[in-house]
Amino acid sequence: MTKVPPKQEGDPDTTGHSWDGIEEFDNPMPRWWLWTFYITIIWGVAYTIAYPAWPLVSSATTGMLGYATRGEVAAEIAAAEAANGPINARLAASELTEVAADADLNGYAVSAGAAVYRTWCTQCHGSGAGGAVGYPNLLDNDWLWGGDIENIYLTVAHGIRNEEDDDARYSEMPAFGDILEEEEIAQVAGYVMQLSGGTPPDAEAAAAGAELYADNCSSCHGEAGLGNRDLGAPNLADAIWLYGGDYDTLVETVTWSRYGVMPPWTQRLSEAEIRAVSLYVHQLGGGE
Amino acid sequence: MTDQVPPPGLYAAREPIFPRRVSGRFRNLKWVIMAVTLGIYYLVPWIRWDRGPELPDQAVLLDLANRRFYFFWIEIWSHEFYFVAGLLIMAGLGLFLFTSALGRVWCGYSCPQTVWTDLFILVERWVEGDRNARLRLHRQEKMDFRKLRLRLTKWSLWLLIAMATGGAWVFYFADAPTLLVDLFTGQAAAVAYITVAVLTATTFVFGGFAREQICIYACPWPRIQGAMMDEDTLTVAYREWRGEPRKHSEAAKTEPMGDCIDCMACVNVCPVGIDIRDGQQMECITCALCIDACDDVMERIGKPRGLIDYLALSDETAERAGAAPRPVWKHVFRPRTILYTALWSAVGIALVVALFVRADIEMTVGAVRNPTFVTLSDGSIRNTYEIRLRNKNNDNRLFRLSVAGDPAVRIDLEGTPYGSVEVPADTSLLQRVYVIAPPGSAPAGEERVDLRFWVEDLTNGDRAYKDSSFIGTGERQ
Repeated sequence: MTKVPPKQEGDPDTTGHSWDGIEEFDNPMPRWWLWTFYITIIWGVAYTIAYPAWPLVSSATTGMLGYATRGEVAAEIAAAEAANGPINARLAASELTEVAADADLNGYAVSAGAAVYRTWCTQCHGSGAGGAVGYPNLLDNDWLWGGDIENIYLTVAHGIRNEEDDDARYSEMPAFGDILEEEEIAQVAGYVMQLSGGTPPDAEAAAAGAELYADNCSSCHGEAGLGNRDLGAPNLADAIWLYGGDYDTLVETVTWSRYGVMPPWTQRLSEAEIRAVSLYVHQLGGGE
Repeated sequence: MTDQVPPPGLYAAREPIFPRRVSGRFRNLKWVIMAVTLGIYYLVPWIRWDRGPELPDQAVLLDLANRRFYFFWIEIWSHEFYFVAGLLIMAGLGLFLFTSALGRVWCGYSCPQTVWTDLFILVERWVEGDRNARLRLHRQEKMDFRKLRLRLTKWSLWLLIAMATGGAWVFYFADAPTLLVDLFTGQAAAVAYITVAVLTATTFVFGGFAREQICIYACPWPRIQGAMMDEDTLTVAYREWRGEPRKHSEAAKTEPMGDCIDCMACVNVCPVGIDIRDGQQMECITCALCIDACDDVMERIGKPRGLIDYLALSDETAERAGAAPRPVWKHVFRPRTILYTALWSAVGIALVVALFVRADIEMTVGAVRNPTFVTLSDGSIRNTYEIRLRNKNNDNRLFRLSVAGDPAVRIDLEGTPYGSVEVPADTSLLQRVYVIAPPGSAPAGEERVDLRFWVEDLTNGDRAYKDSSFIGTGERQ
């Protein structure tokens, strides 16, 4: 067993605790430690005065230095925009059809367009641009209003079917529920189904729909059902359906019509951003 | 119990050490190693190596900005960093091998701390004189003109060496001639100046003032190396059975004197300030300078060399009984060192093989699954893939992409009507690729079919492939 050395004159007091006979001297804190501790207290108080710190009822103290994380973000955004200024100006002034040939500008536009797309377009068209029912798939090669870069640009800039923008794409399909009898609608729906190679539930009725189609639909959708991009009239003979190509959906579409809208982006995005996102969409795989 | 010795303080001031000059075979070996290692360190960044117009012409270059490591004819990309990991494993195993065979031979001969400290002591001796002169200078309390001049000269020379050391480091990370000019004209990057400053400061402080304290208190290696030494490890030791009783000792008055004349030569030359005759010590870096010092004395007094020598613990009993130690090779070649050598060689061979079989052309295929597939207006089913093509050649190459797996599918490259794409020299390129299955074909209707992408270098016909899959509608029964 280890002998405990006896207490000596001049030894500091012990803490009073004893563990198996082992006691601990109540030595003072090392001076460097104590000073560090005091300095951290002073620093802490000064810090809460200099920087935003104390919560109030509906806000917080702002600090004497006027620092704010939001201000830092704003400064970073401003710096990034300033850095992108020249190339954005170049993009805004360029001929849209010629951007693709300029590797630098095109690379910038596609990257910038991807960022714009993620922020503003994914809500309807999906993060992968695959679209949804009623919201066109931007990856395929079917375009309601045209898929070349200039038409995409016009669509993005002015939107579809809205009253805020006079240049918006505009067309309206009548709701044939008020015009045709239910039986006639069924016949037309069957006929339209046949146009794209589908099998309608009642072939005889579908054949009877041919005349109804020619009278009521062909002026916009074309005699062969190939659609008309000037009017945004969809191609009815291809494999792509915005709202669905099954019989029930077609009946619903003919009866009630469809009225898809897209906002005009000139109010929210800069010219360079609109061009960038148009170029991005154009290179997704379906651009013409 | 009242006159107890007070407990030692928690802090002990460093005892200054003034190693005496020594000559001999180990000192010569150390000079050679110092010249070679410092030569490599200072000069390697200046070696040029022609790689063609597109690539840097520096033989050894760590291009961090472009994630490239150039080593003469070898170029390593960031995704091949396992080569560097392999070299580090080899360095570790090499250290195990040398330590188990020869003790702290790394510390004694080739550790940068030892080499630069040695260089700084050389400068110190050159400016202020040998041990006795330096001791006198140290004990002289008055800072007169001579002491000031000597100190300033020494510190300036140290600082110059330190700056050259810090300066040489950054040349490994950028084109050395350009950077040298930039450094002196104030145009180099801030990180270059900071690196030079930090390494200058550490070299100056570690080599000039901290010295053996780094080895004793700061460095973890000595503690780890202890685990690798055993009774067969050759390490610097004193043949106590031959030397004792030494001259001046109490025992020497009654017994026949041993070979040690207690001249303190071994202590005076020691760079870590220990007496090797006290046995193996934590501080000893096995620099073997005490062997040289003692051999010199033994020769002069006509005694055999080797009073201090590389010895192994396993020989002690035999030597005490008067037998000769076992030959060195018996200590060096034993299962432990052979195992370390085998492991070291295995890693080395694996690295060399990996280096020779790696391709100049590489591809990775990422299938875009958002959405899984796209229906085109004619009913075709299209899948999209993002293919990264890597051209490790020194010139631009045209790569042709093709797809195998089902004859019905065709491949289409975004942005080009051709099936090939040019990848610039020594870079990678991300190419979006479409694979289209016509309506009614098997892949269009299946849930999933296997595909194999091929890339061919049209310059030399090298090919590589990557497997992926094609997702269809799954409507086919």
